[in-house]
Amino acid sequence: MSIQTIRNVFSVDTGYRLSDEQLVNHFPNHYELTRKDLMIKNIKRYRKELEKEGSPLAEKDENGKYIYQDFVPVTFMLPADYNLFVEEFRKNPSSTWIMKPCGKAQGKGIFLINKLSQIKKWSRDSRTSTFVAASSGKEAYVISLYIDNPLLIGGKKFDLRLYVLVTTYRPLKCYMYKLGFCRFCTVKYTPSTSELDNMFVHLTNVAIQKHGDDYNHVHGGKWTVSNLRLYLESTRGKEVTNRLFDQIHWIVVQSLKAVAPVMNNDKHCFECYGYDIIIDDKLKPWLIEVNASPSLTSSTANDRILKYNLINDTLNIVTPNGEIPDCRWNRSPPREALGNYLVLYDEEQAQSENAERDLRSRSGQLLGSKGTKASAGARPTTATWK
Amino acid sequence: MDESTELSLSIAHIAQRLQGSHLHSQIERQAKVSRQLPPSHPPAPPEHLKEPLAYMRKAQASWEKRILKSLNSMSTELGVPLARKRPAAEQKELTNKWNEMGTDEPDLSRFRPVYAPKDFLEVLIGLRNPNHDSCEDISARSQWGLIQVPLNVRDIPHLRQAYSELNLNSGQLGIDDHAHVHPDLFENDYVQIGKKVVVEQDSAAAQQYSRRGCPTGLRADLWALILNSTNQPQDVMHYEQLRAGVIQHDLLVDNLIYKDVKLTASNDDYYFVFEDFLYQVLLCFSRDTAVLEHFKYNSATPPKSFLHGKVGDEEYAVVYPPNGVIPFHGFSMYVAPLCFLYNEPSKLYSVFREMYIRYFFRLHSISSSFSGIVSLCLQFERLLQSHLPQLFYHLRQIGAQPLRIAFKWMVRAFSGYLSTDQLLLLWDRILGYDSLEVVAVLAAAVFAFRAENLMEVKSLASAEAVLADLSTLKVIPLIQIFLFATAI
Repeated sequence: MSIQTIRNVFSVDTGYRLSDEQLVNHFPNHYELTRKDLMIKNIKRYRKELEKEGSPLAEKDENGKYIYQDFVPVTFMLPADYNLFVEEFRKNPSSTWIMKPCGKAQGKGIFLINKLSQIKKWSRDSRTSTFVAASSGKEAYVISLYIDNPLLIGGKKFDLRLYVLVTTYRPLKCYMYKLGFCRFCTVKYTPSTSELDNMFVHLTNVAIQKHGDDYNHVHGGKWTVSNLRLYLESTRGKEVTNRLFDQIHWIVVQSLKAVAPVMNNDKHCFECYGYDIIIDDKLKPWLIEVNASPSLTSSTANDRILKYNLINDTLNIVTPNGEIPDCRWNRSPPREALGNYLVLYDEEQAQSENAERDLRSRSGQLLGSKGTKASAGARPTTATWK
Repeated sequence: MDESTELSLSIAHIAQRLQGSHLHSQIERQAKVSRQLPPSHPPAPPEHLKEPLAYMRKAQASWEKRILKSLNSMSTELGVPLARKRPAAEQKELTNKWNEMGTDEPDLSRFRPVYAPKDFLEVLIGLRNPNHDSCEDISARSQWGLIQVPLNVRDIPHLRQAYSELNLNSGQLGIDDHAHVHPDLFENDYVQIGKKVVVEQDSAAAQQYSRRGCPTGLRADLWALILNSTNQPQDVMHYEQLRAGVIQHDLLVDNLIYKDVKLTASNDDYYFVFEDFLYQVLLCFSRDTAVLEHFKYNSATPPKSFLHGKVGDEEYAVVYPPNGVIPFHGFSMYVAPLCFLYNEPSKLYSVFREMYIRYFFRLHSISSSFSGIVSLCLQFERLLQSHLPQLFYHLRQIGAQPLRIAFKWMVRAFSGYLSTDQLLLLWDRILGYDSLEVVAVLAAAVFAFRAENLMEVKSLASAEAVLADLSTLKVIPLIQIFLFATAI
């Protein structure tokens, strides 16, 4: 079902009620995660809450940056946060920023700026018609610090598209698809400002790259995550590569935890998200955005196989044993049913494990390091009860 | 005792001490390479060092003549000179886009690869030893395959001895590092040993280690160690000089390189990312006169062209291209897998050059070397004929000679046919055993693995379809089972 259909299904006006055998592929308010502005808002709120709880996850380094929560580029809402943005921009006037419309996808409406004058329009809006612009949402943009030191492979820029399945938010149960891929720009990356207008250099969206002259229809500029791993392990070593992938898993889980409290956890829902992640040249992953309707069309033969498997494996998890779905299912599929998914985080299981651990060692040292946490979450389910 | 007896005695002592040690085999191997003949022989003429068999030398020479003729006629027909100095403006432009040559879309429709592996196979099929009458042994030893020259190639019992490290009981990367095998059983200890080898910078140990596979994270270092390719400042400088050479002069073969990369690597799911690196390596390679050294032991002879208007006058002959190697369709695939290991062009370059002058040249020159393509073809056919006679007979009957399918794999040492991780595991063994023989073994093992399906096919096309996709194969188990679990 498309997002629009889902909106209608859950709309009060239609008065439709899903029966127990009906499952749908979106959460009613998925946009809390998948709209750029709302995702940022939720993550900011989540950080504050962690801080208030005194959670070790909200720890900061000597520069006042979160150690474990600094995984989205600095971002502001426009026009709402215009003044905050200006303040930040003035601190580092040579920085480049990327403007994205909140509600659009596939790279539409995106542009780069490195001068304040280029976004004057949004400042005027904020003064004159504050409420109209903000509430209609149509002209609302997010502006993020552009990652200008991306990891280059073969001199080319790329981003990661990873698929993440959520079957429930409370408790959180999510799965990572093993067959993600890297999307490469067809044009050589130059951080120079003269190329600011050439979107082929900066955007990796296939929808954009397809229109470039160099688009190759055999591989479509896509490289499997296993290629990426082989390359990184070969050139940088196994330890740093493992750390990178652990961090990627970590930021996915954190982003989901950030929206879990506000998500309408309807029992009829599951959702498969397309996560876009950029890796910088220090091998730090950055979460760019999350898509509620990742493209399921295929640009190449391999792509077709991948997406076929993705849909197949997703359906196998949400409808165990191929039976008629029942929304009251326990949401703990047996290991054999996972296909190419691996369990990323199972809150229920993690809690029971924690409880056990707490019993054993009363030191109360609760998962200080993210390494152990991520690997604990990534471990395949062995003993799931109920 | 006079001085000379004393000296010879102490030499004998040292030699005895060395017996069986690793250093001994190293020295011996080195001696073999430099002598190429048993010491008792009278000094051999240089062409014997290149290739002892006269009919092989002759075949290679006439093949070279054909390629060169085709290159020269391409130059005449297209009106493109073999070489020209670039005007200053063009030099500047090339300097600027050195890192993105792939974005250039020159019109290459007029250029065609000088030859493809298919053409080369026809030449190998036509090889005959004039001193050998094949009617003599029409018995059990007769050859059903396409290669009709008598060369000594090893059969499974001999291979088992030579490749003893691959036996079923010793741990292997590519098998025992599988996700379902606990790393404590083999992998962890093995990786520790590998780290030690790298720290010690022991080339011989690295080679021995590589026989059971290199861990991904250590492979780049281990291979460089085996190949003695250390990327010293002078190597970097050498590479920079070659780069300057590319910028100054435009060669006709550059177009062939461009064309080849566009036809192969640019369309490859694994390697397209590295298109620019391939140009940076291959264009420099074509200008590297240091490569000429290897023609001392290569059966091939560098092609010569004549300066304008002086055709036939030896005094005006120059080697062309400067490295003496004319690229053919698929040549860039020798470099492509190395891009996964080295992200610095000069390092990538020196490792590739070393791989080429040790191994890859043997895959496209006609020779009797046991690592040469003729021996590999023959070995592949013999292995198949003696261990899967029914399959061989069936395929032959339907007009699908196995070598017609396997040849393209072997010419590229499987590059572009396997998934990269598997290819690197295969090349670990090439380096470890200092021989390409394992390539022929794998080709036979692939046929054995698909034997059941191949017995069902009725035509060459359908046999090719069965073997079209090798990217899911796990090569080390295939080789191991073929060598050590086949009934003999």
